[in-house]
Amino acid sequence: MTKPLLDVRGVSKSFGAVQASTDINLDLREGEIHALIGPNGAGKSTLIKQIAGGLRPDSGTVFFDGQDITGLSTAARARLGMGRTFQISSLAMDYSVLQNVVLGALGRRGDIFRFFRPVMKDADLLATANQALEMVGLEDVKNFMTSELSHGQRRQLEVAVALTLSPKVFLMDEPMAGLGADGSRRLMELLGEFKQMAPILLVEHDMDAVFALADRISVLVYGKIIASGSVDDIRGNPIVRSAYLGEEIDA
Amino acid sequence: MRKEPLLNMALLIALLAFPLWAWVADEPFLITLTTRAIIFAIAGVGLNFALGFGGLVSFGHAAFFGLGGYVMGVLAFHAQTYTPVLDWPFVINGTKSMPIVWMVAIVLSGALAVAIGALSLRTSGVYFIMITLAFAQMLYYFTISWSTYGGEDGLSIYVRNDFPGLNTMDPIQYYAICYVLLLIVLGLVYAISKSAFGLALGASRQNEDRIQAVGQGPFGLYLTAFAISGAITGLAGVLHADLNRFVSPTMFSWHTSGEIMIFVILGGVGRVFGPVAGAVLFIVLEHTLGGLSEFWHIYLGAMLLGVVLFARGGLIGLIAGREVAHD
Amino acid sequence: MSLLLFIEQTLNGLQFGVMLFLMAAGLTLVFGVMGLINLAHGSLYMVGAFAAAAVAAATGSFLLALVASFVCAAFAGILIEFFIIRRLYDRDHLDQVLATFALILIFSEGTRWVFGSFPLFLDTPEWLSGTVMLPFGIEYSLYRLAIILVGLIVAAGLFWMIARTRVGIRIRAGENDREMIAVLGVNISLLYTFVFALGAALAGLAGALIGAIQSVQVGMGEPVLILAFVVVVIGGIGSISGAFVGAILVGLTDTLGRTMLPVFFGLFLEPSAATSLGASLSSMSIYLLMIGVLLFRPKGLFGGA
Repeated sequence: MTKPLLDVRGVSKSFGAVQASTDINLDLREGEIHALIGPNGAGKSTLIKQIAGGLRPDSGTVFFDGQDITGLSTAARARLGMGRTFQISSLAMDYSVLQNVVLGALGRRGDIFRFFRPVMKDADLLATANQALEMVGLEDVKNFMTSELSHGQRRQLEVAVALTLSPKVFLMDEPMAGLGADGSRRLMELLGEFKQMAPILLVEHDMDAVFALADRISVLVYGKIIASGSVDDIRGNPIVRSAYLGEEIDA
Repeated sequence: MRKEPLLNMALLIALLAFPLWAWVADEPFLITLTTRAIIFAIAGVGLNFALGFGGLVSFGHAAFFGLGGYVMGVLAFHAQTYTPVLDWPFVINGTKSMPIVWMVAIVLSGALAVAIGALSLRTSGVYFIMITLAFAQMLYYFTISWSTYGGEDGLSIYVRNDFPGLNTMDPIQYYAICYVLLLIVLGLVYAISKSAFGLALGASRQNEDRIQAVGQGPFGLYLTAFAISGAITGLAGVLHADLNRFVSPTMFSWHTSGEIMIFVILGGVGRVFGPVAGAVLFIVLEHTLGGLSEFWHIYLGAMLLGVVLFARGGLIGLIAGREVAHD
Repeated sequence: MSLLLFIEQTLNGLQFGVMLFLMAAGLTLVFGVMGLINLAHGSLYMVGAFAAAAVAAATGSFLLALVASFVCAAFAGILIEFFIIRRLYDRDHLDQVLATFALILIFSEGTRWVFGSFPLFLDTPEWLSGTVMLPFGIEYSLYRLAIILVGLIVAAGLFWMIARTRVGIRIRAGENDREMIAVLGVNISLLYTFVFALGAALAGLAGALIGAIQSVQVGMGEPVLILAFVVVVIGGIGSISGAFVGAILVGLTDTLGRTMLPVFFGLFLEPSAATSLGASLSSMSIYLLMIGVLLFRPKGLFGGA
């Protein structure tokens, strides 16, 4: 078995009396979509922050591509190839779609501190940007202002920017949130295509998407992983049913 | 052609044509008035780089304006009294050469901005505003007590500094120097705004999560922007001191910081030519309204209030419409 | 330097601190509850002083003058809150700074227009003038002592109001979660106007009290405003206790610094150099204090809810 690209070992975090993450073990392997599900308040955001950057675990280690990244900044992890989309779209709203994607390509190339060449005429960056836009299907709107995009299009744009990083993994925090049936379907197709390029750690609430896409599922409840396995394993798991899925079905 | 570039061009032409007309019509006062507007514009372009492009609300830019002014003042003072600035560990003499004074001011203002920025940028929001204000205030009180250079009364310089080949006391020639410098500064800021750095800075201003997600930490961007911003405003300070042949601690006061902000806002925050429009508008108001009433600041205040409440894009925004994405 | 002088200067520092607290309390409440930076606060201080001077000149009564300062400043506060300030609650800090800076211009020039450029005079009343004997044989100005007392009473009153009354609960709740209390049916608009007017009234009162020992002139509020902001930042935004502690700290630092630093420098510098260096360093010291606090406690001493 190949070594996992992302390896979270024994990560714990508490805020005062609240134990947000307790001894979390999680990994992400090549070519897979690993979904992370759990009821609200389970600590998913806290966990994502400890993986993607911004929050330092009290104990435990996060390995990325064999390297210990537990102490690295968010920007450093991005540079190492951690692509990320946010639960609440984090795009530069005053910029055009193309500008946002060129920004991603620029970040990848790394030469941000250049002051005199017009960046939007850089052939290299434009090529990468256009390619990413084509992959998500946004090339027609590339000159629109990001604020003019629909919610679903902004989600696609986030994915496009993440693509320009040539990421080794994708961390996606509730990409389906707020999307209608159409938008969800389109995004699901994209995710299915991309997992070969880079495995995806998918935090999601949308159960249909999770069951359709995921190769593996881990269930997070009150900061602990209570179960982890294939779709069928999780569907049939009684602990999971009662803790999480049971409530979903009744609701 | 889009409206904004046309408006910018119109401003530049007006700033060229008006003083030339005044020169021909033998109205040196009006030439000097234009020069004042240009110098304020340069100060505003400096602040706008940090404020408009970087989103850094600095309420202490007078620190750089004042530093530039005092660089000019101190060097000129020592030149006109034939005393060295420093005896030990090495001798530094005064100078009245404009290019040298500009260089020194730019470098020192930039360095001061790096120092202030390094400390202030660890905070954000209102704390950032207060800490930048605090630094300027410290310099203000420091210069008031520094009696060697006039203290509260300020320092007078007998003659304007020299520029090779020109008679700098001639209003039209000094104006020309300032106009060229404005063009250079505008060109610089424009180029940077379109560059990779400009793209990243703007992104950081809009959303810090976003810039981090593409692999760049915001601090380095902000510090660099703040340094460039301080250096430009410092240059304006030199020119201002040279125009008036006078420096005083008022150059460091928070009123000065506020006025520079007014130039930027009146013209349009974040627009490259915004401070130019704002400074011109301010000088026009000062000259016309000031002639009508000694209480013209009331009208200035009302206008500023109006712009903030109703016309966020400033003068340029009003005329040229909503900001479009650059391509 | 004698112990007597030291104690007297400490009392002066307390008096200054207590006045700063009156200013800072309003500022910190407005910022804590409404999220608004208000540069025009210094103008309200000035309005109070001018109102007091005018009323004192007209009626000869100091008490009436104080009441007038309180009421006029509150009224001015209500006016600008209603017409201008409330449009700024949702705006970013830059807009608030600029808009309230514009208000300073309008207030200052407006006052100059009505009252002229020369300072007005407000005298301390007969029944508060002169000195009083304190323990250790210290003779101290009765008026300044009265100021300290008034300030402490106001501070106590504010603490009581915040901690024990319904208004106080709403204020505290509003500091934590603005949207929530609106949803819970609290009349936000009224609450905000109240908080703003209260802050304004306190500033006006401070202006009147100080106006009697300094002069009443246009622009008198500005140095105090900056210091009040420093106090708020040191104490922590939204915290009355922080404002109190910060104000006393700043008041003592400034006053004691002014007297002690020149003495300190006088030990090895000549008198004029010592005085000017001491004076400038003491004015700088407050900012150094603030910068120091921010670097270790980025949200102020009591801040960071």
